[in-house]
Amino acid sequence: MAENMAENTTAVVLKAVNLQRHYPVRQGFMQPPATVRALNGVSFSLAAGETLAVVGESGCGKSTLARQLTLIETPTAGELWLDGHRVEPQRRPDAALRRSVQIVFQNPYGSLNPRKTIHQMLEEPLLLNTRQRRDERQRAIAAMLERVGLRPEHAGRYPHMFSGGQRQRIAIARALMLRPKVVVLDEPVSALDLSVRAQILNLLTELQQVLGLAYVFISHDLSVVRRIADRVLVMYFGRPVEYADSETIFTRPQHPYTEALFSATPVAEVGQRRERIHLQGEPPSPLNPPPGCPFQPRCALAETRCGQAVPELHPAGAGQVACILR
Amino acid sequence: MKLFDTGTLAVTWGYFRESRGGLVGLAFLGLVLFAVVFADVIAPFDPTLQHRDALLLPPVWNEAGRWPYLLGTDAVGRDLLSRLIFGARYSIFIGMVVVSIAVVAGTILGLLAGYFGGWFDTAIMRLMDVILAFPSLLLALGLVAVLGPGLLNAMYAIALVMLPHFVRLTRASVMGEKNRDYVVASRVAGAGNARLMFSTILPNCMAPLIVQATLSFSNAILDAAALGFLGMGAQPPLPEWGAMLAEAREFISRAWWVVTFPGLAILLTVLSINLVGDALRDALDPRMRRS
Amino acid sequence: MSLLEVRKLSVAFQTQGGWFRAVEGVNLSLDRGEVLAIVGESGSGKSVAMLALMGLLPATARIECERLLLDGQDLLGLAPKARRRLNGGTMAMIFQEPMSSLNPCFTIGYQIDEAVRTHLGGGRKARRERVLHLLELVGIPDPPRRFDAYPHQLSGGMSQRAMIAMALAADPELLIADEPTTALDVTVQAQILELLLKLQQERDMGLILITHDMGVVAETAQHVLVQYAGQQVERQAVRGLFEQPLHPYTRALLDALPERAPPGDFLPTIPGLVPGQHDRPRGCLFAPRCGHAGALCQTQEPVWQQLESGPGWRCHFVQGDPPAPVFPAPAALQQGGEQGEQD
Repeated sequence: MAENMAENTTAVVLKAVNLQRHYPVRQGFMQPPATVRALNGVSFSLAAGETLAVVGESGCGKSTLARQLTLIETPTAGELWLDGHRVEPQRRPDAALRRSVQIVFQNPYGSLNPRKTIHQMLEEPLLLNTRQRRDERQRAIAAMLERVGLRPEHAGRYPHMFSGGQRQRIAIARALMLRPKVVVLDEPVSALDLSVRAQILNLLTELQQVLGLAYVFISHDLSVVRRIADRVLVMYFGRPVEYADSETIFTRPQHPYTEALFSATPVAEVGQRRERIHLQGEPPSPLNPPPGCPFQPRCALAETRCGQAVPELHPAGAGQVACILR
Repeated sequence: MKLFDTGTLAVTWGYFRESRGGLVGLAFLGLVLFAVVFADVIAPFDPTLQHRDALLLPPVWNEAGRWPYLLGTDAVGRDLLSRLIFGARYSIFIGMVVVSIAVVAGTILGLLAGYFGGWFDTAIMRLMDVILAFPSLLLALGLVAVLGPGLLNAMYAIALVMLPHFVRLTRASVMGEKNRDYVVASRVAGAGNARLMFSTILPNCMAPLIVQATLSFSNAILDAAALGFLGMGAQPPLPEWGAMLAEAREFISRAWWVVTFPGLAILLTVLSINLVGDALRDALDPRMRRS
Repeated sequence: MSLLEVRKLSVAFQTQGGWFRAVEGVNLSLDRGEVLAIVGESGSGKSVAMLALMGLLPATARIECERLLLDGQDLLGLAPKARRRLNGGTMAMIFQEPMSSLNPCFTIGYQIDEAVRTHLGGGRKARRERVLHLLELVGIPDPPRRFDAYPHQLSGGMSQRAMIAMALAADPELLIADEPTTALDVTVQAQILELLLKLQQERDMGLILITHDMGVVAETAQHVLVQYAGQQVERQAVRGLFEQPLHPYTRALLDALPERAPPGDFLPTIPGLVPGQHDRPRGCLFAPRCGHAGALCQTQEPVWQQLESGPGWRCHFVQGDPPAPVFPAPAALQQGGEQGEQD
């Protein structure tokens, strides 16, 4: 399996072992704060040049995972290895470690500072992290703009002068200025128009091939995921429910939630409509988790034993699944 | 650090120009500024010079008025027009200093409170609430009473009274901006707290602050005038407009001009600054712009 | 007679740089029980056209229309008051962001009741019955309890259901749904689409679905209208559109979809950007990005071509894949922009 191969090579740039992130939530006066387990036991490893897709619906912990991986927050428990170095839980990671992972956000309208020129924005990471001279920075910025398909004269402009697709190119350029090993792509194309989406996806693929980047691709768009991911991690309610390589998971999904998710995704082919698995209701409240498997209240296959223990991720078929029925 | 590029400035001016009130206010302010700069040249007399032969003269268009005392003289024979012209210096100076102190201190406090949150935020905001809880003039009066009367102390007092508005405004903007993706992106790029606060977030919070500052400018002049009127601000013979009003109050029934002209000067200046502030607010507010 | 007939609808907005033509000469007709999807990217004018239909555009918009018939009634000459009565009465609309479409200060029940009161009237008790019935209809569990819920207590999916209940308050004959599921999760999207289709069939409503998601189109619509830069570029039955797109834009759009693209590392793309107000090409609006554009496309605006069997498109090319070289369309085809399209 791909994961074992990745484990054995030295090129593993990102590894998470049983990653957890809990948030205290105040419940009101005189009541003890509750704990929300936004991220609960996520493990994976990622080699240079590989893409891991994290798939799930809102509230599944995708964004929390992104915040841990980009070191905006530190995990409550578990191990996070970046480029061979361990990120200590509850401690501020050092700058060198921080440089090796960058992020591209979903909404290119919110992720660029409206009061800064493109040049200022791309220069910031260099100013803060390197001792390059002014002309070196200038050259680096011009080269990066060209690499992402923009012209050097764009550097003096402000974000509002660009279209959504161009803004996303700028955001990608900013993320790559420090030559990171890992780029977390948080729904990088879902805010873009159809005709631009393919351009950006191609750019990401090209950059990955040229620079050997490892991508963590967070998305809910399964057709995109199928196209660009090497491996897929499906999450539900802060937990991984299925982890397998892309081919395996798309041809033979194991977890009932993965199946439901796939069947709910519309396909742009007339008459190709798959048999829908009707998911009743909505994800449970994080303050009031259901007993046992968190998916069990909505699961069509649920049995009594599903409510007794939280299923752990275990090997099944060619991948791993967290369901006691499989 | 550039807050606006020329494009934004041109656009802002384009929208500003559409407000007639704003233009009128701007024209009058230009006049006042001219008086401030060239007071020595355009004022006919020294503002403290007492003409013993010309006590309480009415303006020239009045039968009893006479040249060269255009707007008449006060009880000790000082030329009113000259005093008003020199008084503009003090009033504009008061406005600028008070607003500068309040804006700088208020912005920094608001930035810190909004950015860090937690107990620090709570402490600052409760303190501001305490200041807000007092009637502003009463608080300023009390402060001046403690610090001792005088223009400078009055200015400090007024600046303190104005502080909470800037703190609240900044804090609210910062809290809205600090979780935006571009701030997170800057943090991921390695920016520290100070850089995030002052270079990344603050420029995006400036628009409402600029407007609040122009509106406070007029408040500062009014409050200084009020303190001057109560004898707690500028001391005689300084030709500060509020102090002039205060000195003249005993002549209110006999010599209307001594009271009217300083009052009119304050009124028109405040009005024009408010007009400019309103126009600026509309010009800077994206929601007021046609897409 | 069709439920809705729109002919040559144009909308322009006054901007700093002059008039911006957001919608240009849109024709459409819709029957009862029909689902029409309007597909397009941002700036294609798909939402603006429908807002114009509803009379919801700001006063700065200049709206021109040759004919606008709803259920045989001419909307163009209608007084604003009568027009408002139609909104929510005969035709209703739901929007993309269910969370911000509901007023956070009032309960769900109150807001739905407002729609019932405006259009149907009736006593308090009868109205409450109606609201509870509507809530049940849209699949909100435990309606009496939800009646008193505030919007923030509902999830996105539930809010959208409440919006649908509100739109159905007066039994509209035409429902316009503007990206109704874009803000929702995939599994919830499936639920909402299913609900919309079920209600549409049960009530024999006309449904106009504005979307950019080709998957949603393929699975829900009967007819599809493709918009590009304010113009209607293609209209077809859904099967034909996906199997044999006529306009190069539609074809390129479909090819760029990850699930339809040929295998390989890279996806086929459409180069360039949608033209804006200031870089509008002289000829065909799509010509600068079109792989097949020839000299004629650069200089002359293409006209609407229509096959007898229904499909229509706006292009100098005649039907065929790969497209034939540029030449005027043969006489067998009807020509001219004024031809509406009938099914």
